[in-house]
Amino acid sequence: MKTSTDTAIGKIHGINGPVLRVAHERDTRDFFMSERVRVGEQSFAGEVISLRGGPSSDIAVVQVYEDTAGLKPGQEVRGTGHPLSVRLAPGLVGHIFDGIGRRLDGAYSDEKKWPIQMLVKPGDELHLYRIPVQVAETPSITYKAMLPPGVRGTVISCVPDGDYTAEEPLLEIKTPDGIRVFCLAQHQPVRVPRPVRRRLPLTRSLITGQRVIDSLFPIAKGGVAAIPGGFGTGKSITQHQLAKWCDADLIVYIGCGERGNEMAEVLEDFSRLTDPRTGASLMARTVLIANTSDMPVAAREASIYTGIAIAECYRDMGYHVAVMADSTSRWAEALRELSGRMDELPAEEGYPAYLASRLSEFYERAGYAENLNGSEGSITIVGAVSPQGADFSEPVTQNTKRFVHCFWALDRRLAYARHFPAIDWMASYSDYAEDLIRGEHAENRRRMLAILHEESRILETVKLTGTESLPESQRTVLSKAKIIRETFLQQNAYDPVDTFTLPYKQAEMMKGLL
Amino acid sequence: MNVEYLGAREIRGSLMILEGIDDAAYDESVRISLTDRASDASPLWGRVIRIDGDVAVVLVFEGTRDLSLANTVTRFTGRPMEMPLSLELMGRTFDGMGRPKDGLGNVHTRLRRGINGIPINPTQRDYPRGHVVTGFSAIDGLATLVRGQKLPIFTGDGLPHDKLAAMIAANLCTPSTAVVFAAMGVKHDTAEFFRRSFSESGALERSVLFLNLANDPPTERIITPRCALTAAEYLAFDRGMDVLAILTDMTAYAEALREISSARGEIPSRKGYPGYLYSDLASLYERAGIIKGKRGSLTQIPILTMPGDDITHPVADFTGYITEGQIVLDRVLYQRGIYPPINILPSLSRLMKDGIGGGKTRKDHPDLAKRLFSSYAKVSDARAILSIVGEEDLSEEDKSTLVFGQRFEQEFINQREGESRTMEETLDLGWDLLSSVL
Repeated sequence: MKTSTDTAIGKIHGINGPVLRVAHERDTRDFFMSERVRVGEQSFAGEVISLRGGPSSDIAVVQVYEDTAGLKPGQEVRGTGHPLSVRLAPGLVGHIFDGIGRRLDGAYSDEKKWPIQMLVKPGDELHLYRIPVQVAETPSITYKAMLPPGVRGTVISCVPDGDYTAEEPLLEIKTPDGIRVFCLAQHQPVRVPRPVRRRLPLTRSLITGQRVIDSLFPIAKGGVAAIPGGFGTGKSITQHQLAKWCDADLIVYIGCGERGNEMAEVLEDFSRLTDPRTGASLMARTVLIANTSDMPVAAREASIYTGIAIAECYRDMGYHVAVMADSTSRWAEALRELSGRMDELPAEEGYPAYLASRLSEFYERAGYAENLNGSEGSITIVGAVSPQGADFSEPVTQNTKRFVHCFWALDRRLAYARHFPAIDWMASYSDYAEDLIRGEHAENRRRMLAILHEESRILETVKLTGTESLPESQRTVLSKAKIIRETFLQQNAYDPVDTFTLPYKQAEMMKGLL
Repeated sequence: MNVEYLGAREIRGSLMILEGIDDAAYDESVRISLTDRASDASPLWGRVIRIDGDVAVVLVFEGTRDLSLANTVTRFTGRPMEMPLSLELMGRTFDGMGRPKDGLGNVHTRLRRGINGIPINPTQRDYPRGHVVTGFSAIDGLATLVRGQKLPIFTGDGLPHDKLAAMIAANLCTPSTAVVFAAMGVKHDTAEFFRRSFSESGALERSVLFLNLANDPPTERIITPRCALTAAEYLAFDRGMDVLAILTDMTAYAEALREISSARGEIPSRKGYPGYLYSDLASLYERAGIIKGKRGSLTQIPILTMPGDDITHPVADFTGYITEGQIVLDRVLYQRGIYPPINILPSLSRLMKDGIGGGKTRKDHPDLAKRLFSSYAKVSDARAILSIVGEEDLSEEDKSTLVFGQRFEQEFINQREGESRTMEETLDLGWDLLSSVL
């Protein structure tokens, strides 16, 4: 008779970079897809990414979130019984985590006590995703602890307000399935989107203070935007600017396969700068996820999901969250590398055939929602794309373009001339513009774009004939456009005043220029 | 660990495939001796790059020439590739795999470290802010190098990148600096040129050279920069020196990677390079930096020849995405006799903004740089018009732009042989040009 243990156990059979093939031990529980596993003597974190039956034993393919150097065939792989998850508890905001959600700035302390405020009393009926407890997490963010998915019932008992650790029981709830104990810490699987009651239309702007964005190519709260650009065109700086000044409640900044020094810079800058709306440090509204380019590639694949899962939880607490993903191309390349290591058949340029569907799944997790607990929140995603050779026809840019409504194309010629932000007004667009910009402002936007388009048409002629032979009317257009470019479109991120322009000021500037 | 395996199942390119192996670890190094060679002949070295059950794929760095299916004795060492580390490294020359090449014997030390390095936690990094003066106006004024930065030179065949890099190394040389030089697939003359330059500038005593020349096994090339950077990290972070690492030629390195990938039958991405080219290059470049609480710094100047001067070539492209800017050499400037032929428009130093200005270089530096860039950006447009309409029909503005372009290239970018400018001289020169022409 087949006996079955609680833990799935396997032995390493093959090793190819971060990808392992693991032979399942017969008498143990089966591995399941996306199960988090512990690998080898050092208990490296890993995840099951495919399963297949075999003649002698079943094979689980596992991606490992650490350097696999030194692993040997025959070493043990143990299932944890849980999918890859992020630990939800106060202490996320203001800190930096690796691709699978482990603290990078010092170890997490289980002893840390949080000042909780109890929002319910014995006898209360709690519906799905209800928030029974809240905690002042940072000066900017109040952490609202929700009931875990599927849990509802009547409060039997609860602790008084006071300081508790994340693991201490705070409530007892009588549910249809028995008595459940509630504490602050929960585990959220990262690959499964958290459900919402319904999606709401996108009608509110995400104010960024960047003139070319807010006034010409605006983004809505809950919207999705892509910033493609070759190296040196200012993708990261644009994302930093948005993360610093946009009017979201919380920023989740995912540094995915980018430079270590850049993350060090974000940490320094954001700790030093104050949020103009709350007066608190910018770090008090920021969660950083860092998988720098020298960190394991499998964790790069996971980092995007870790970030978006955290964003969804804060959306459910009723916050407007902006997710900066820098860069989605590195994530796509991680997919490609892992796919290659698994000997899958490639589609375009070596990318796996599921590149488009993975991208669409990710961007679809953005939105403005009425949450299951009745609150409203949003997730805006701004994804940087790093096209190879600044060639926008490559697969990642093309597939991203299909799923985003706002496209801020960065241009190398503008960057060479040090026109920043180097957002090319001819190639960029925003489908949200009509809903977000109205009245006189909309008319001015239309006129401004018309002048810029006219300029580019005239410049084609100038290339052939010089400016001397131009009629007076065209010269006027050129000089108007020049002023628009130099005073309105260009914006100095390093100037303490110019770095941010309020919307009403932008509208006035536009009026003045036209 | 002391088990030796006789023979191989398959030998293909630089790969040797062994069967019946029961204790191989991923990425460990292996020692291969040949039964039909003298027992004192130096062994070959390899690395385990894939394991499938009892089958291990070994990459042989020296190449598989002379190997047969029967004549190999393979020993798994149980350790990754390591580099011996000590101050004795200074002034020495090694081959592409970190073995002494200068006849001065082994480095005597008990300290050995794995050559792959370990990822640096970004919270442990100190953001680099201290500028260095290279003596070249185009760099110091407009793409300022910062200590701890990785700033590659993008160049083409026949351009004077070696001279530029050697001059930078000479100008940066002080008693607290060290130069680590890694040559990958470069010609003997090139390596010799660097050695001679270092010797003339007195930097040789403070240098460590790793040479994999054009006729050395290509597979070795993937080891060379790792040995060099391991030595550089030791000198910087254990010994508190400001280390400059020059890595040349990154294109040859990437080609070696492609060769191995192709032998392994991996699915290629662009131009046949493996899908992990970006991560692999990053694992080298990201080793530059400054670590909190440690005294030294590791600055990298990788040199990269762009095939066909194509800046969108995968190696240049990925490098640009990882490094903190780039210095781009230009063939047209070179043909016009400008040295160093740096095209400042595509050149960039990402760390410049925090490394210049009041209290660092000079208060007016950021403003000057911005003005020079926007003025020079107009020059190529004016030149394009000039070539069509002729000088007669140019507007006054275009004419003065052309004069500016000419003088900027001749006086600011161009420097005499051996001329090294101070930061003051560079900045004053920039203002002079702007005020006298525009």
